[in-house]
Amino acid sequence: MTFTNTDPVTVSFAGLEMEGIYISASGDNAVVKLKSGYNICVPETAVTAREGTPAPEKPSAQPLAQNEKLPLLSIISTGGTIASTVDYRTGAVSSKFTAEDILRSIPELAGIARYHTLQPFNILSENMNPAMWQELARTIYDEIKDGAQGIIVTHGTDTMLYSAAAVSFMLDTPVPVIFVGAQRSADRPSSDNAVNAICSAQAGVSDLGEVVVCMHATSNDTACSLHRATRVRKNHTSCRDAFQSIGRSPVGTVTYPDGKVVLADDAVKRDDVRLSLLDELEPACGLLTYYPGMNPSVLDAFKGYKGLVIAGTGLGHTGTDCIEKIADLVAAGTTVVMTSQCMAGSVCDRVYETGRYLLDAGVIEGGSMLPEVALVKLMWVLANAKDAADVKRLMQKNLKGELDVDIRGEN
Amino acid sequence: MDYKALGLKAGIEIHQQLNTKEKLFCHSPTVIRDSDEHYDVVQRYLRVAASEMGDVDRAAQEETMQHRLFTYYTYDTTGLVEIDEEPPAPLNREALDIVLTIAKMFDMTPLPEIHTMRKMIVDGSATSGFQRTALVALNGKIADTCRIETVAVEEEACQRVKDTIFSVDRLGIPLIEITTAPCMKTPEEVHDVAQYIGMTLRSTGRVKRGLGTIRQDVNVSIADGARVEIKGVQELDLIAEVVRREVQRQLSLLAIRDELIARNALVNGEVYDVTKVFAETQSNVLKKAKCILGTVLHGFAGLVGTEIQPGRRLGSEMSDYAKKCGVGGLFHTDELPAYGVTAEEVHILKETLGAGEQDAVIIVAATEQKCRCAMQMIIRRAKMAFDGVPEETRKMLEGGSTAYMRPLPGAARMYPETDVLPVPVTAEHFAGIEMPELLTDKVKRFATEYGMDDGMARQMAYSEQLPLFERAVAEGIRPVFAARTILASLKEASRAEGAGIISDDAVIGVMKAVEAGNAAKEAVLDILSACAKGLSVKDAIAKVAPAFSREELQELVRGIVSERVDFIKSRGKAALGPVMGVVMKEVRGRIDGKVVSEVLNDELNRIM
Repeated sequence: MTFTNTDPVTVSFAGLEMEGIYISASGDNAVVKLKSGYNICVPETAVTAREGTPAPEKPSAQPLAQNEKLPLLSIISTGGTIASTVDYRTGAVSSKFTAEDILRSIPELAGIARYHTLQPFNILSENMNPAMWQELARTIYDEIKDGAQGIIVTHGTDTMLYSAAAVSFMLDTPVPVIFVGAQRSADRPSSDNAVNAICSAQAGVSDLGEVVVCMHATSNDTACSLHRATRVRKNHTSCRDAFQSIGRSPVGTVTYPDGKVVLADDAVKRDDVRLSLLDELEPACGLLTYYPGMNPSVLDAFKGYKGLVIAGTGLGHTGTDCIEKIADLVAAGTTVVMTSQCMAGSVCDRVYETGRYLLDAGVIEGGSMLPEVALVKLMWVLANAKDAADVKRLMQKNLKGELDVDIRGEN
Repeated sequence: MDYKALGLKAGIEIHQQLNTKEKLFCHSPTVIRDSDEHYDVVQRYLRVAASEMGDVDRAAQEETMQHRLFTYYTYDTTGLVEIDEEPPAPLNREALDIVLTIAKMFDMTPLPEIHTMRKMIVDGSATSGFQRTALVALNGKIADTCRIETVAVEEEACQRVKDTIFSVDRLGIPLIEITTAPCMKTPEEVHDVAQYIGMTLRSTGRVKRGLGTIRQDVNVSIADGARVEIKGVQELDLIAEVVRREVQRQLSLLAIRDELIARNALVNGEVYDVTKVFAETQSNVLKKAKCILGTVLHGFAGLVGTEIQPGRRLGSEMSDYAKKCGVGGLFHTDELPAYGVTAEEVHILKETLGAGEQDAVIIVAATEQKCRCAMQMIIRRAKMAFDGVPEETRKMLEGGSTAYMRPLPGAARMYPETDVLPVPVTAEHFAGIEMPELLTDKVKRFATEYGMDDGMARQMAYSEQLPLFERAVAEGIRPVFAARTILASLKEASRAEGAGIISDDAVIGVMKAVEAGNAAKEAVLDILSACAKGLSVKDAIAKVAPAFSREELQELVRGIVSERVDFIKSRGKAALGPVMGVVMKEVRGRIDGKVVSEVLNDELNRIM
């Protein structure tokens, strides 16, 4: 006997007859939801179909009421924990909520702005790729052109920093573009999704004019930080305050529940720049973390790549035995950029001998750029620079706050 | 009262903390801390989430009528899972095995796979907003009269420090939840079944002991009444009284219902702003209020103030509902004038609202928003009075009366715990679980096998020191001596001022010394007391009661006897007692009295 989800069934087990609703199979067993709400797992042979009305259809959702006097924000949903719910196919959490669902489950949003919601794709962020970053940037561009006064992108947290950085480089935005996610799924009462979403809407109607990530500032539900998209990392696997600005303070803070937005002096403000989109990327780029004893032939895997970012040790080093292979890559036309595993601080390949050899091999110093950000930037630069010299110039120029300063050229 | 005639049906849910090394879904130890030792705080809000079927639980909805910021204390013995910052670890197998053991003792059938659920609780007592819980086994027996429906393993919630401040040390300690069928028909039966289950749990030797480690919830209904769940009965002795008082409450509410119907009473739900009536009031509560709202309950006069169980009136029930909106309570005209409200003010109030002799007026004072919310709740509860007894979750108050907590929860509060994989329980595993001896059987065995009197047998079997006793017996110490040492001497020595912990090894060491004749049993208390001050068993014996050898004793006795030869000769055998007294004064606690008596007898015989 096969059942489908929500079929009324009778379970005969342990000398009892129990009514329930069929949920799913689990090997040779069946998972059934009892009237008490408990799911129990019993041998499938213990389950029989029951006459009865199937679970009532959920009441159809009321259309969303929007206050036309409030500023217009676009919520672009891409999936992730902020929009996740249980999946009976795998039993695990997956992304199913739409942007509309988010609005429905967080009614406070309606008091902050009116919303246009759209969902270009619905995936867990580990499945994102550069083509999706491009589509995302185009979508945001179109929304702003169509009058959105702020953009909220709901995104899985795992690779949020890549997407946010990619959008930063592709898009010049006069309005705030807020990437927001959640570290606890939306189906639990303690989810950080509501506070993060409400703070992101407050940031979306604020005076900000750049791409940021809005997530919990601490473990408390009392404030979110606005991190510059090119200076942020996910530094914890599970905590609410996993996202931290590296090498600088956040560009803003939103307190909850009062919704007050405080921006840093150097935050880019609304209408400081004009809307434009340069959405080309060169996807044939790689990122390699050097480790002690790494076989230099690992570098061969990047033959034919247009760009390679190395996360080197300390000030920006690899073992000297790698230098020859790096020189080969450069000679063959791969742009190699050096960043550091240290995260905070700048690369300087002029202090130690190894660094100088790396420079001689044609490596470009990536300054204080985070390795992930340098990768995304390299994709954008390679697609937009005029020539090799321009690639180097752009990689060492502070475009979107990814560098503390422009890197001074030395000949 | 003839409870059977009233159709009393009662069931219980017992929650007992399990004495595991680690918590149910993380590796923190299961220790309770002093809240003053907390080293950090976390602040969170909770929101109601829909079940996977898309429904919202009404109890959860009511708990979140106020948007409350909860504060959680954390400790160096708690981690990220307790503050909901890390996914749970796999289910603790030690806890599961204890639950399976108990299930087996009740002759239950285990489920082939244990699926963990989230049971939503948004009152702040769980940082995640839910308690993880899993059914483990179904359908068991208690004696011949009652049935256990389910046993579940679940997480303990936080301890409330005060108001919205909670302590996460308790959160996550494994609990067994035992749910009986509604098979009890008298308050005494409820007591007896609870007692029997408690005894069975303790028989495992693997449950926590002490106040707060076991809690009983009682489900009570009478014919024509409604199912009411009373939470948190911590003392077994109160459980029958709680049931008696609930029956009384349901009967009173039914009588009020009949009277309301007879009077043609009416709740029209109209709410009036009566702030102005109390503009000049001397009542402290009303004076401070920004807003005072009132409503008329037509035909309710006298009934709002009727006692329905000791210390509780229909008015108290309405007040409990109103408090959900954050107001302090309410005033009703059955109790006024009082609390600084004058007869004059009551008169004007009734006149303003057009309330007559038969009517009751309820007022609440707070901010307008809170007042409006509270009035809706009061009107809701007043309307329920026409139906008699509402289905509710209630909490026990001191003495055994109860107050409203929230509606009975429904199935919508359950959601699958997606972060925990199902745990299979194989038939082989269940078959291999050893069942402990019931404490009641132990008592019988101690009496017949060890020759203990019933009192000692019972005290020893139910003592927290039972494992120590069983170890002592296994190591060859005479059972009655071991029981006496543990129940009397050890207890007294541990309680003395400045006493430290006396290790099990020390207690066994002292008993062995006595059994070997190296210490007198009269000295056990003193030796243990010395151990409690940090001395080793050997040093304690040497200091308190250096053992006295038979030879030394013989020498001493010879000396004492030789000084009293005339006395002994004149008294004959009757001299034994007084001379024994003199000897014992010298050697008490250093050598067994029996030996003294032997040696003295020999010496007397020699000289006589």
